[in-house]
Amino acid sequence: MLGTILTAPLLGALVCGFMWKLIGERPAMIFATVGVFLSAILSWIVFLTHDPYVVERVVLLSWIESGSLATEWAIRLDRLTSVMLIVVTTVSALVHLYSFGYMDHDPQWREGETYKPRFFAYLSFFTFAMLSLVTADNLLQLFFGWEGVGVASYLLIGFYWRKPSAGAAAMKAFIVNRVGDFAFLLGIFAIFLLTDSIQFSVIFPLAPQIAETSIHFLWRDWNAAELVAVLLFVGAMGKSAQLGLHTWLPDAMEGPTPVSALIHAATMVTAGVFLVCRMSPVMEFADAAMGFVVIVGAATAFVAATIGLVQTDIKRVIAYSTMSQLGYMFVAAGLGAYSVAMFHLLTHAFFKAMLFLGAGSVIHAMHHEQDMRNYGGLRKKIPYTFWAMMIGTLAITGVGIPLLYIGFPVGFAGFVSKDAIIESAWAGAPLAFWVLVVSAALTSFYSWRLMFLTFYGDPRGDKHTHDHAHESPLVMTIPLGVLAVGSVLAGMVWYGGFFKSQESVDRFFGTVPVEGYAATLDPTPWSGAAFAAGEAEPSERPLQEPGQGGIYVAPDNHIIHEAHLVPVWVRLSPFLAMLAGLGMAWLFYMKRGSTLPGDWARTVQPLYRFLLNKWYFDEIYDAVFVRPAKTLGRWLWKGGDGAAIDGTLNGTAMGFIPLLTRAVNRAQSGYVFTYAFAMVLGLVVLITWMTIAQGS
Amino acid sequence: MASSLLSLTIFTPAVAALIMAVLLRADDEAGRRNAKWLALAATSLTFVISLFVLAGFEPANTEFQFVEERAWLLGLTYKLGVDGISILFVMLTTFLMPLVILSCWDVEDRIKEYMIAFLLLETLMLGVFCALDLILFYLFFEAGLIPMFLIIGIWGGANRIYAAFKFFLYTLFGSVLMLIAMIAMYLDAGTTDIALLLDHAFDFGTVEVLGVQIVGGLQTLLWLAFFASFAVKMPMWPVHTWLPDAHVQAPTAGSVVLAAILLKMGGYGFLRFSLPMFPVGSEVMGPLVLWMSAIAVVWASLVALVQEDMKKLIAYSSVAHMAYVTAGIFAANQQGIDGAIFQMISHGFISGALFLCVGVIYDRMHTRDIDAYGGLVNRMPAYALIFLLFTMANVGLPGTSGFVGEFLSLMGIFQANTWVALVMCTGVILSAAYALWLFRRVVFGDLIKESLRSITDMTARERMTFAPLVFFTILLGVYPSLVTDIIGPSVAALVGEYEVATAAFETANAVASAE
Repeated sequence: MLGTILTAPLLGALVCGFMWKLIGERPAMIFATVGVFLSAILSWIVFLTHDPYVVERVVLLSWIESGSLATEWAIRLDRLTSVMLIVVTTVSALVHLYSFGYMDHDPQWREGETYKPRFFAYLSFFTFAMLSLVTADNLLQLFFGWEGVGVASYLLIGFYWRKPSAGAAAMKAFIVNRVGDFAFLLGIFAIFLLTDSIQFSVIFPLAPQIAETSIHFLWRDWNAAELVAVLLFVGAMGKSAQLGLHTWLPDAMEGPTPVSALIHAATMVTAGVFLVCRMSPVMEFADAAMGFVVIVGAATAFVAATIGLVQTDIKRVIAYSTMSQLGYMFVAAGLGAYSVAMFHLLTHAFFKAMLFLGAGSVIHAMHHEQDMRNYGGLRKKIPYTFWAMMIGTLAITGVGIPLLYIGFPVGFAGFVSKDAIIESAWAGAPLAFWVLVVSAALTSFYSWRLMFLTFYGDPRGDKHTHDHAHESPLVMTIPLGVLAVGSVLAGMVWYGGFFKSQESVDRFFGTVPVEGYAATLDPTPWSGAAFAAGEAEPSERPLQEPGQGGIYVAPDNHIIHEAHLVPVWVRLSPFLAMLAGLGMAWLFYMKRGSTLPGDWARTVQPLYRFLLNKWYFDEIYDAVFVRPAKTLGRWLWKGGDGAAIDGTLNGTAMGFIPLLTRAVNRAQSGYVFTYAFAMVLGLVVLITWMTIAQGS
Repeated sequence: MASSLLSLTIFTPAVAALIMAVLLRADDEAGRRNAKWLALAATSLTFVISLFVLAGFEPANTEFQFVEERAWLLGLTYKLGVDGISILFVMLTTFLMPLVILSCWDVEDRIKEYMIAFLLLETLMLGVFCALDLILFYLFFEAGLIPMFLIIGIWGGANRIYAAFKFFLYTLFGSVLMLIAMIAMYLDAGTTDIALLLDHAFDFGTVEVLGVQIVGGLQTLLWLAFFASFAVKMPMWPVHTWLPDAHVQAPTAGSVVLAAILLKMGGYGFLRFSLPMFPVGSEVMGPLVLWMSAIAVVWASLVALVQEDMKKLIAYSSVAHMAYVTAGIFAANQQGIDGAIFQMISHGFISGALFLCVGVIYDRMHTRDIDAYGGLVNRMPAYALIFLLFTMANVGLPGTSGFVGEFLSLMGIFQANTWVALVMCTGVILSAAYALWLFRRVVFGDLIKESLRSITDMTARERMTFAPLVFFTILLGVYPSLVTDIIGPSVAALVGEYEVATAAFETANAVASAE
């Protein structure tokens, strides 16, 4: 079954990509879609039936073997994997379906050009690569999937290859990701040096030893766990567009919108979060590295949110929103609340995919107009899309009923999971808490701004386009509906598994057997209500072997427990932040005759420009890395290879060699004879010498 | 029969060349066609024969196999044999040559001589990888360059004379030193038999030359002499500048052979001579090689970034990729050397294919200027796909053979020196930068250049040439054990002996310093 989940999309990609001429365009697309649906159904079966206490390992084939290094193509199935399985396959299946409508009659292509099977093949290939990433049983296979999704992303961002901007964005995405990969690879090497293996089931139990080892890297000795954790996290930063390595994500919006939904919102960009959670047994022993993760995550959440405030391209707003939400996930992971990070990953996949697909539906309706300044009043024209976007916005901004608890909090998916992160932040890193709350207000502002500009007010821009705005076909609205259900319910349904209490999380992830709890001295069940009331004390958590179950939580890690003990105002704060953002957005964009946006842009113009130019990251990188690299390259070429090396090595010789050839009758191939002569001479010398030496 | 299988492999192309030279008239269309078919048949036959060698080869046995030993002129010995280190180079050569012949199917100019040159070249290259006698090795090693010179000099581009001179100068210098070293080896060991030389322990007591203390003594001196020759062949920084010029001037098929096979003779030399015969020399000089390789990666990659000529760009990329080989070898551990050999095999496929890719559009447009292209995907989708595959393989994408070699060698290097590993790892970023930028400029974008309006996609013959390369690039990426199973035991033996030898050196040093 696991094999089928993995191979069905691959087969779909191959058949669709290479055989569409044979079986026809539409059947090929259907074939690919059916493949992904099949793997989605099987993934749900696996998710619902798999016993989380059992870590399954299925070996398919040997891979790179060299001395003590032995890697295999193998699947590791635990709860972490199965959560990712359903996220990836569900969103992928819906995006495939959606693309039937969205990619039909794409105006980017000329009459008679076939592009759809290629698109579907790329999507399915991406799904395969992503699945091999999340099912990986060793770091190398994970890296295979990691790079595989990178290529798929490259191809899909550059899908409209006629546009120079698409080609540039595709290239940028790949290269910036490679900066992360550079560290990722070093991390893998370090792990191999430490454990003589790169297989998870070998590495994880050794994690405590790794933490006590020091490793010489560059100029000094480091704590091995810290070093490995930082290197791997830098890899994760690339893929998950964290501050510093994020510049590729907004540009990646050059790709078709379904791609943005699948790859640059729901799945690929969350691979970094997955990696940190997957490596939790090592991360748990690397406190400093984890602090770094929190700092980067919080900074990303904030910076991305600020940039999102002023963007006018609907997709770019959502892209920065994605980046910001990924920051939230990293804060949770960095605090040791891996299950909470995964929780937000799961809910985010639903509502962010829906926001993107909804945006796609708007773009589709508006004849591929993406500038929100040309939208307005679309609520009536595309009601179904409007409601989908509304649900998505309610989810991302975190709308719910604060403080109500009926076994789980009541609210949209984002409300439940984001609050879980913010509460964990208060418990673990109060500074990060404040950053996240402010970011939550910003999130609310730009999300509602998007809604108001798009769906409310008077139509702006081209009148003809507005007149012809039309609701999308059923294949596009059905996926929206499914995702809407997820965006509403996912938080409440899975609250128990990801955040309710340490015990419920342990049970969900299969980390500590139930008997383990029974055996502890104080078996008080950790109910959420008791925590909420601040009554329960952290009981001794039963000992967990690193590598047991889906994630590892060290015995001294009480973050989930402490997150339930936060003061009431802390629990209220994200909700209040949301209201503040909503109110501001309303004042700016809904209030009749509001001139606030223009006024503000004028009064704080330097700040406005700063944000509009995305904190000048691209400009700085261009000045610091790109241009110097080219200048240096040119200098090494002309000055180094040309003047210095060639000049010294053959400059003098070149003076007399032409004379030499001229002597050899100006024959074109004179040098060959010279060479042959030299060689024969050499042989003669050699043989003579040996004969003499033998004789003596 | 079995005992002369290697000779049969080596000399089949030469015999075909002889037949062609003596019997075939190529002054009409039929004659030219016959020349091509004969060359194709001979190289294919060679490949088939070499398959028997591969089938009979026992990987677990780390001794030389298929050994042939005969008395030869002047009391010299003709001795051949293969082991786990050399056999795959033999296979790489015999596998690629039919494809090389296929790729020059449309050449019109003096096709008979062209074919003869390639056939002779194949014989000489195979000889290098099989020779087990110093003199024989030297003969094959140096003579192999003559047909290559002819190929560049007669069928090459406008500036071919300069390129060939450059090659000549670089190579001659190394050869002279190697020759002197070989004489010294004979004087020291009393034999030219490579198998015996491998068991001979060359002296490593510190000696003084011209007032300079040479640690590792004779071993270091011999190592340096061989290094001069092999480093040029690889080519290593800073003696790499002949390669871009030679590639630019060489015809497509010549570039393919140069990049895919001839460059590997340097790496093979390191593995056959430098590392096992002079382990102490390698230990002493190893750090130098590692650092030269590290510089090479950054240097060559940055230079590749700003190239305007497609072939030059790929040539510089070759320099960068060969640096993984040298560093992997002198990391002197299992992963490093496995990776180095794998990288050489894989680079044979990938760089060969990339030069063929350039050839495909050069044949159509007669220019290698990157600026002359753009938007080829519009009219050449199949070409775009193939080019993309090999671009990605060149970048080291997991799932292609390019990744395995790079990964293993880097893993080995990391164990030897983390600084060097860090610097070389930047190649991961830089290679993506230059390769994808090339791809974008040539393939992506709209087709706006008038001259490209009527360009046609790959022909059936061209696709046939690429098919085996595509197949192996992916197969070895997914199932690299095909290679590592064969080379593994021999490399393990090599590493084992190296460690014993260097341990003896360390002990001697410790004793010396204690006194």
